[in-house]
Amino acid sequence: MFVVVVGCGRVGASVARSLVEDGHDVNVIDQNVEALGRLGDDFPGNLLVGPALETTVLERAGIERADAFVAATNGDNTNIVIAQVARDRYQVPCVIARVLDPSRARFYGEQGLTCICPTRTAIDMMQSALRAFATQRAEEA
Amino acid sequence: MYAVIVGGGKAGANVARALLRLGHEVSIVEHRPSRFATLESEFEHMARYGDGTELFVLEAAGMARADVCIAVTGDDEDNIIIGQLSRDRFGVQNTVARVNDPRNQEHFDLLGIAPTVCATNSILALIEHEVPQHSLVHLFSLRRENLDIIEIGVVQGSRADGSRLGDLDIPKGSLVISVLRNRVGRVAHPDAVLDVGDQIVAIAEPGHESDLMKIFAGDEVALP
Repeated sequence: MFVVVVGCGRVGASVARSLVEDGHDVNVIDQNVEALGRLGDDFPGNLLVGPALETTVLERAGIERADAFVAATNGDNTNIVIAQVARDRYQVPCVIARVLDPSRARFYGEQGLTCICPTRTAIDMMQSALRAFATQRAEEA
Repeated sequence: MYAVIVGGGKAGANVARALLRLGHEVSIVEHRPSRFATLESEFEHMARYGDGTELFVLEAAGMARADVCIAVTGDDEDNIIIGQLSRDRFGVQNTVARVNDPRNQEHFDLLGIAPTVCATNSILALIEHEVPQHSLVHLFSLRRENLDIIEIGVVQGSRADGSRLGDLDIPKGSLVISVLRNRVGRVAHPDAVLDVGDQIVAIAEPGHESDLMKIFAGDEVALP
């Protein structure tokens, strides 16, 4: 399949590279040319420099024929807006947005947008680790 | 009326002042600490510190009982999110949003955030009005109401040239409201005889521009 990834930070770059390893075609957008360096010199996809909100940039990246779209910039609101643009304007079948704020992630999740919230994941994992420790303590006592 | 203003720059602060003068209740949300301090010294408890795209900040500002939400931050993605949250999460009936970069207008339209105000587009419309480059100028759009106010220059050899306004077959869904001649505007009258260089101002539903252009500017002129 063909995927457009927006935002080439740790998350975006790793997702893009693993998709390529799985044999998919991937184009990556970031407004900062240095960030695209994370992908390495041998990255086979097209790299585009520009603001993600600009439709000309999205279209040059091939959003109109994308099977999947990943919004992973460092701005929650940017991710939520471009994910909705990908879904509603370009009818991309699979759209995923990275949203750090748990309450916005939940609200837009309820509105039908697929939001991945690393903060929520961290909270849940810490809670379960601490609960497991508390249970172990209680059993030992 | 209760208005929640998100974004305490010049636009937000002046809207707050104007609404207060009219006797309305106002909250103004700002997240830059130094700007907030300035606002607080003027607006006291009505100034609220926080990121206006965070749900708990909007909740604390009383968005749920707001009659109108005014999203005037310097970031278009933030203004879109504020518009969506106020409407879809808090049920606010009226939202006004600022468009900072006119290229983002299409995103506001796509996601149903209306009405919008864009300073750049307003300036461009004024320039077009003062120094017309095309024979058709968009003066004002009532997007939600689906009406445009446009200005068209009368071109030599067009059907309008030398005709009585009342004799022209103005398409349904549009109305000529004014004729401008030598910088003097008059409310349109059917007996007015049009001349080259006159500018007519019309209010129209979308889709009537090309028909109006044919009447006033002739068949050859392309739309801008």
